[in-house]
Amino acid sequence: MAETDIAELLKIAARMRGKVIEMVAASGAAHLASAMSCLDIVVAAYWRILNLDAAKAADPLRDRFILSKGHAASALYAVLAERGFFSKDWLDTFATHGAPLAEQPAPGCAPGVELATGSLGHGLPVGAGHALAAQIQKHDYQVLVCMSDGECNEGTVWEAAMFAAARKLQNLTVVVDYNKWQATGRSNEIMQLSPLREKWAAFGWKAVEVDGHDIAALVDALDRSRQEAGKPTAIIAHTVKGKGVSLHGG
Amino acid sequence: MRNAFADEILALARQDPRVVLLSADIGNRLFDKLKAEFPNRFFNCGVAEANMIGVAAGMAQSGLRPFCYTITPFITYRCMEQIRVDLCYHHLPVTVVGTGSGLSYASLGGTHHSCEEMGMLRLLPGLTVGGPADAPELRALLRDSLNQNGPVYLRIGKKGEPEMHSAVPALKFGQSITLREGKDACILSIGTVLPVAMAAAEKLAGQGISTRVVSFPTLKPLDEKCLQEVFSSFKVVATLEEHSILGGLGGSVAEWKADHPELNARLVRLGTPDEFLHLTCEQEEAREHYGLTAEGIADRIETLLRLA
Ligand SMILES: Cc1ncc(C[n+]2csc(CCOP(=O)(O)OP(=O)(O)O)c2C)c(N)n1
Ligand SMILES: [Mg+2]
Repeated sequence: MAETDIAELLKIAARMRGKVIEMVAASGAAHLASAMSCLDIVVAAYWRILNLDAAKAADPLRDRFILSKGHAASALYAVLAERGFFSKDWLDTFATHGAPLAEQPAPGCAPGVELATGSLGHGLPVGAGHALAAQIQKHDYQVLVCMSDGECNEGTVWEAAMFAAARKLQNLTVVVDYNKWQATGRSNEIMQLSPLREKWAAFGWKAVEVDGHDIAALVDALDRSRQEAGKPTAIIAHTVKGKGVSLHGG
Repeated sequence: MRNAFADEILALARQDPRVVLLSADIGNRLFDKLKAEFPNRFFNCGVAEANMIGVAAGMAQSGLRPFCYTITPFITYRCMEQIRVDLCYHHLPVTVVGTGSGLSYASLGGTHHSCEEMGMLRLLPGLTVGGPADAPELRALLRDSLNQNGPVYLRIGKKGEPEMHSAVPALKFGQSITLREGKDACILSIGTVLPVAMAAAEKLAGQGISTRVVSFPTLKPLDEKCLQEVFSSFKVVATLEEHSILGGLGGSVAEWKADHPELNARLVRLGTPDEFLHLTCEQEEAREHYGLTAEGIADRIETLLRLA
């Protein structure tokens, strides 16, 4: 597959933002700002990083992408539909009565959705399981987990972090959508997340920071994470909650 | 209901200096008044529910009366062991309040549903388990929480639940309230599904069937006096809950009834089946899906009465 260049990715991201706004507006679903925050990450991953074939969505050798911040499902769905995992018509009934695409991902609700998320703090442990399974079965697929910063409040995140480092899960990468806000306040006032990169490093991960809306930088960091030997990688992506929607100051 | 919760906690905080509230990154602005008046009595514990319960246990051991609040599945399923060991094993006076219970958040999918938690929690020794029907019942039970010397779990709705009482009823844990008299059948209802029970009774009245409706807001301890009386007086007794028919009110009453073989009323358990709800829908539609509607309930009761 020919690589989509960065200029093209910017256009795609803009289009995806438009689609997500439509979906959220039509359904009255919550969490538009959360979807905007991680959208560039999801676009970079699906167009430039993940080794996936929409026609073989359940291929055991596929790369795994887990949107652990399940409340931003609209971003994932828009991207999966655009990549051909299911009909774009499904986006029009997002979160409506009887629709396949629930407001937050349900198990097996659509091809390409790896995990039912929505309860924060589940994606990284499950992602670590996929990564370890690859090592055991000598498969070389990669696992990418996208988490929110509020999600880093959960103990399970740090349990998985210690586990993944101990098992040297170099095929596991986490992107933390560090938008500095959680549901009821500023992330660093509610809990002390900072210094977040250093925390992941102290837990034994290769930890880097990027601008989470700079698609070229995201692609570069994600590419490098796949070359990293002996350690899982944490990419701390500085983002703006509501990026691209003027209401939210992005 | 969550507004009444915030308001009542503020009132309790004013009366009792031991009252503190812990929440887990939900309820934006809901507790602003409490925060303003008692900055040191409200703590947002972040998206870290298990830690919140442990912290509450420590506060209770040191003489405070913590209330913990967040979305039901996260404060129950995720914290099961903290509730069991830290709160119940030590029998500490902490009140755990789950908001958006049952299928209140139907549209958010299975991660946000809670149709098993009462069944799981009621097995924990020493835990009082309640499900108020509306804001006034919630206020009564919150007040009574402070009279308990051990842990309490309350499952509540979210917002806009119809009020079934015009004032705060004289209600304590272990008691029930008859809202409508009747002589043929009786519905025991726990939680916010109560208006549906009332509508079912109305429907049955149209068919010449007289139905008593009892709000039964405590799952543990059961109001055994009430059970004794209704199982002796009616041909059909229905339990109603927005919860699995396994382990909740239906399950508890079935166990109780097994110990009382001399009572021969028919028991029918109305609630959700033993499955995850996979339908994308809102709470109303989810209730319809499971027959938890006036028509669905009236039909079940009418059929049983005909057979009885
Ligand atoms: C275990 C758990 N607790 C609480 C919630 C409720 N909740 C939904 S989103 C959210 C926080 C949102 O902030 P953040 O995690 O930083 O995500 P963002 O939207 O900023 O990407 C919370 C607390 C949840 N979904 N799961
Ligand atoms: Mg955030």
